[in-house]
Amino acid sequence: MTDREIMEYDVIIVGAGPAGLSCAIRLKQLKPDLMVAVIEKSAEVGAHILSGAVIEPEPLDELLPGWRDNPPPVCIPVEKDELWLLRKEGRIKLPTPPQQKNHGNFIVSLGAMCNWMAEKAEALEVDIFPGYAASEIRFTEDGAVGGVVIGDMGVGREGNEKDTYMQGIEIHAGMTVLSEGCRGHLSKQLIRKFDLDKDCDPQTYGIGMKELWKVQPGKSTPGLVQHTAGWPLDSKTYGGSFIYHLDKDRIAIGFVVGLDYHDPEFMPFEAFQQMKHHPMVHAMLEGGEILSSGARAIVEGGYQSLPKTEMPGALLIGDAAGTLNVPKVKGTHQAMRCGMMAAEHISETGSAKGFDTKLRNSEVVKELYKVRNIRPAFYKGFWRGFLRAAIETITAGKLPTTLTVHSDDSSLEKLGTYTAPDRKWMDRDLPPRDRLAAVYFAATEHDEDQPVHLRILEPDVCITRCVEEYDNPCTRFCPANVYEMVEEGSGRRLQINSANCVHCKTCDIKDPYQIINWVTPEGGSGPAYQNM
Amino acid sequence: MKILVGIKRVVDYNVRIRVKSDGSGVDTDGVKMSVNPFDEIALEEALRMREAGTAEEVIVVSAGGDECQQQLRTGLAMGADRAIQIQSSHALQPLSTARAFLKIIEREEPGLVIMGKQAIDDDNSQTGQMLAALWHRPQATFASKIELNGTTATVTREVDAGLETIEVDLPAVISVDLRLNEPRFVKLPDIMKAKRKPLDILSLEDLDVTVEGNLEFGNYSPPPHREKGIMVEDAAQLVEELKNRGLI
Repeated sequence: MTDREIMEYDVIIVGAGPAGLSCAIRLKQLKPDLMVAVIEKSAEVGAHILSGAVIEPEPLDELLPGWRDNPPPVCIPVEKDELWLLRKEGRIKLPTPPQQKNHGNFIVSLGAMCNWMAEKAEALEVDIFPGYAASEIRFTEDGAVGGVVIGDMGVGREGNEKDTYMQGIEIHAGMTVLSEGCRGHLSKQLIRKFDLDKDCDPQTYGIGMKELWKVQPGKSTPGLVQHTAGWPLDSKTYGGSFIYHLDKDRIAIGFVVGLDYHDPEFMPFEAFQQMKHHPMVHAMLEGGEILSSGARAIVEGGYQSLPKTEMPGALLIGDAAGTLNVPKVKGTHQAMRCGMMAAEHISETGSAKGFDTKLRNSEVVKELYKVRNIRPAFYKGFWRGFLRAAIETITAGKLPTTLTVHSDDSSLEKLGTYTAPDRKWMDRDLPPRDRLAAVYFAATEHDEDQPVHLRILEPDVCITRCVEEYDNPCTRFCPANVYEMVEEGSGRRLQINSANCVHCKTCDIKDPYQIINWVTPEGGSGPAYQNM
Repeated sequence: MKILVGIKRVVDYNVRIRVKSDGSGVDTDGVKMSVNPFDEIALEEALRMREAGTAEEVIVVSAGGDECQQQLRTGLAMGADRAIQIQSSHALQPLSTARAFLKIIEREEPGLVIMGKQAIDDDNSQTGQMLAALWHRPQATFASKIELNGTTATVTREVDAGLETIEVDLPAVISVDLRLNEPRFVKLPDIMKAKRKPLDILSLEDLDVTVEGNLEFGNYSPPPHREKGIMVEDAAQLVEELKNRGLI
């Protein structure tokens, strides 16, 4: 029993991203009388969304017919695709693989698009609550998911109640839809509790970092979509960049690195900054300024790693489940289809049962099946991956083998057993100077007087085993400089600058001991991305 | 007693603002907007007065386009009883806002008007003072403590030299400073309740207010870019470098 205040809904959706909002809109289109609420931890819908993003428009056509007459704020038709293989000095143009042909697609700001979708949902009387974090799952007496508990607000660093303390309420709902995005902290608990991943491979991830630039007039080519592979990554590290040319002299530039990298001393943020200094990219950005920047983990396991997406009382959809299509470098269309399908299932059956089968027989999973071997093929290095990817593409995934997906937390090699390649990294002159300067452009904010939301389960490991085995990789893989080892007296101490956190979840994923647990901070905290 | 609270829709304090490339203003495209933080403090104080039993009703008032209804709803969710929007398609200058507020005062006859000491967008700090003058009532600006004693209020003001305590007759206009209180969080169910609370919309014509632009805006420009610094070895070199730049 509880003394918390209670609100009741038919369906509660956790996370106002493309999956959650599509689900909410579709539910109200099908059954206007359903009471539907969406809970969102960012202060405003879209402020924690970070994506390229080139999207396929078909799910939007299906969900919001006529949207093309009234498009989201940033929406530029793709004119041209380019794929480059970079070397430090030069570059080679590669043929664009069919999955990456973007004719008919649009470059959008997914954050702005979600905000725009939220307006459509509100017009259908969906209750959207930005600025409130769903911190726990509420279970019914028979053990099913029965809603969520909103985090308390006004709690001090030591767990004390401040003057502004406000107890979080419980939201009770017959159906809970988890659309938290990649590595959602409630989804993670539910996958464990209901053993949803017992029949699939471990999940694998990437970290994506992005900056939105205003460049000098004439330096962007609206509608141009460029991807790069190669330098500054060595051939054993999976990743590459995207450069999307928007209107109004804006360029969205980003870099994705597979979190299965081996080098304990590797720093993804530095790789991104290096890529910006390739002559081709540097020329575009020189003289421009950064408007916004941030980072977010990306779910890359695809077909093999897809957990069961239903459990009593709840569904997992979108990136929370892991429906992103890596070879296409797109997840939005998959997330939206998932959301709509969940809505259709809920309005037909009123239960979670049968959703997983439906999803697996749908276009969403068929699309993942076709490309299932492409990402894991790159475990063997860039060129073998490239070759296998070509074969898989030509045969449309019809070869009978399915490669296994590995987890990321075990991929780091120990110090002394790994020799890092010569990365030939150069001096940089483009902003941001370092990670702290980048965090400034994320406009992230957390009340310092609140419990640290990055929980270290075994703090001793950080100053003993981890120092010797991996030299504290958290101080490098975090793109926001949250983790610092401070020399103190005779030893080191881990300092967690949790106020810098941009909610990317990389630490929760990549930590080799799996002792960092990311939980939601006070609602409304975190980055304030603009047009990301 | 009725309390009128003025709230303004402004660019959120956490947003890194940018000047439009043509210099005509600040870019608000896709930018998060919030209730002016000082006004939030004003509303919190009014709500505490109502909770303490010294006031019966709290009314939030904002002047602007329909988008400012969002901020009025936030005020209602915090606990205000009702809201009034003074509808204006363009941003009002302080004197016009004060004139419009005066008309609302004539209709509502509040015992107290509270607002932020300034809005964080233009930083004018004028509306409260102008309103008091137009209304021919006392004003207490930059309040960090307010005590109501029936027909008067004792107000502690933050002034350059420290703190100043004054007593004003009510009704009066009080503008509030940062240290007065810490505004509450909004409870989720209260957001739902706020949707059903009354929000009246009055046009400038309804209020019989003529808007004049007493101020003309020339040009907006960002502060000059900071030049790259150098590290100096010692004081002598510092003096040398300053001399080289003709600064001393």
